[in-house]
Amino acid sequence: MGKLELNQTLGKHTGRVWNVAWHPKGEVFASCGEDKTIRLWSKEFGKWSNKVILADGHKRTIREIAWSPCGNYIASASFDATTSIWDKKSGQFECNTTLEGHENEVKSVAWSQSGQLLATCSRDKSVWVWDVAEEDEYECAAVLNAHSQDVKKVTFHPNKNLLASASYDNTVKIFKEDPSDNDWICVSTLSSHESTVWSLAFDKTGSRLATCSDDKTVKIWQEYAAGNKEGIPTGDEESVWKCVCTLSGYHTRTVYDISWCRKTGLIATACGDDVIRVFKEEENSDPNAPNFAMVTCIEKSHQQDVNCVAWSPNGDILISCSDDGEIKVWKYTE
Amino acid sequence: MELENVNPNVYNKVNERLITAEEQDDNVVDEIDTREVFDLIRGINDPEHPLSLEELHVLEESLIEVDNDRNLVRVLYTPTIPHCSMATLIGLSIHVKLLRCLPGRFKVTVEINPGTHASEHSVNKQLADKERVAAALENRHLIKVINQCIVSN
Repeated sequence: MGKLELNQTLGKHTGRVWNVAWHPKGEVFASCGEDKTIRLWSKEFGKWSNKVILADGHKRTIREIAWSPCGNYIASASFDATTSIWDKKSGQFECNTTLEGHENEVKSVAWSQSGQLLATCSRDKSVWVWDVAEEDEYECAAVLNAHSQDVKKVTFHPNKNLLASASYDNTVKIFKEDPSDNDWICVSTLSSHESTVWSLAFDKTGSRLATCSDDKTVKIWQEYAAGNKEGIPTGDEESVWKCVCTLSGYHTRTVYDISWCRKTGLIATACGDDVIRVFKEEENSDPNAPNFAMVTCIEKSHQQDVNCVAWSPNGDILISCSDDGEIKVWKYTE
Repeated sequence: MELENVNPNVYNKVNERLITAEEQDDNVVDEIDTREVFDLIRGINDPEHPLSLEELHVLEESLIEVDNDRNLVRVLYTPTIPHCSMATLIGLSIHVKLLRCLPGRFKVTVEINPGTHASEHSVNKQLADKERVAAALENRHLIKVINQCIVSN
């Protein structure tokens, strides 16, 4: 059994904290929320403290932040319908670019592994892909209207230019660039959840995806490429994604976020019942019908809904944040 | 603006809650009950009529559940007509009033009384989505309308 130990509680934000995101090196993380600020946290004398506050970038709630893979840029998605790009060319983080185009609230933002692409999604039901050109120019490469409702989350594949999105329409969609004409197209729709899909996370290989939902379940999806040895029909040349595992009966309310650790393979979930849970794939579990066991669960991890969980790049620390305005740092041990 | 439901049924209000000696004793732990939740929301105004949600039977004490141990409050409300376009706004007003008045530990669920509205499922889903509720409450026009409903006459 694993163990999560509370290391530190950080309270600086006013109101709900929506999201936390690790710098790729794992020595700094950022948080954002209702108070329209981004806070950067780093370690000093063994304790995490808030060194930098980025304010005045947005007029409304900041819903999510994402670090570029090089760690030199932060993108922030806001209810004010814009996405801001912060860079530290002047020595400290400053907002030098604002991406406009969505009709209303931007819900999520993600960078591709190369840092050359940025994706955003919105309540206006669309997903936008932006090309990062020279001189910090951002060009809209695609507006994808495949979802029929509010899009909650976007995330890129860990090593391909493949984009996944989760929506209020209960589905997950996979997009990629068509090599023949460079148009972005929806190549797969993952249907199985019975209510809003709030978040999603690829494993380190990118051939598996974990999703979490308002239907109180977590699902694991497996990619089957054309010509797969299991004989799963794929139709044209595209892969199919099949739900190979549903974790139900664990969460008692909406599951708002999920983090799949690229170091340890552990899955952590953030739930509206104030609980943080950690799941581990059982040894010798069949890859086409895997079993996951809950290895730890922290009741009352926060005083209110847990909105986000994020494993550190090393996999030894889990950060969580909540409607109660607090951020918590947890140490994970086997 | 044209009224959707021109002649709604109007019902009597319940009597004021009688305060017992025990309730006035600060040493006695007084848990939040359905009557207290009802009293917080029954005075909310209907967006169309100069009447309270209690007088229109949109809210009834018997359709409120409180679980103090698990910090749950659930309120069912009954739109005056099955196609009421104000259903989401009414639900949002009830939700906002409870978010402001109840301790933060409570998880508040506001839903349409089953079978009383044509778009029951989609209204319930919207009211249960805290992200959309949060975004709605940052809309200055909408919050003004909600505040007008919430202010008791």
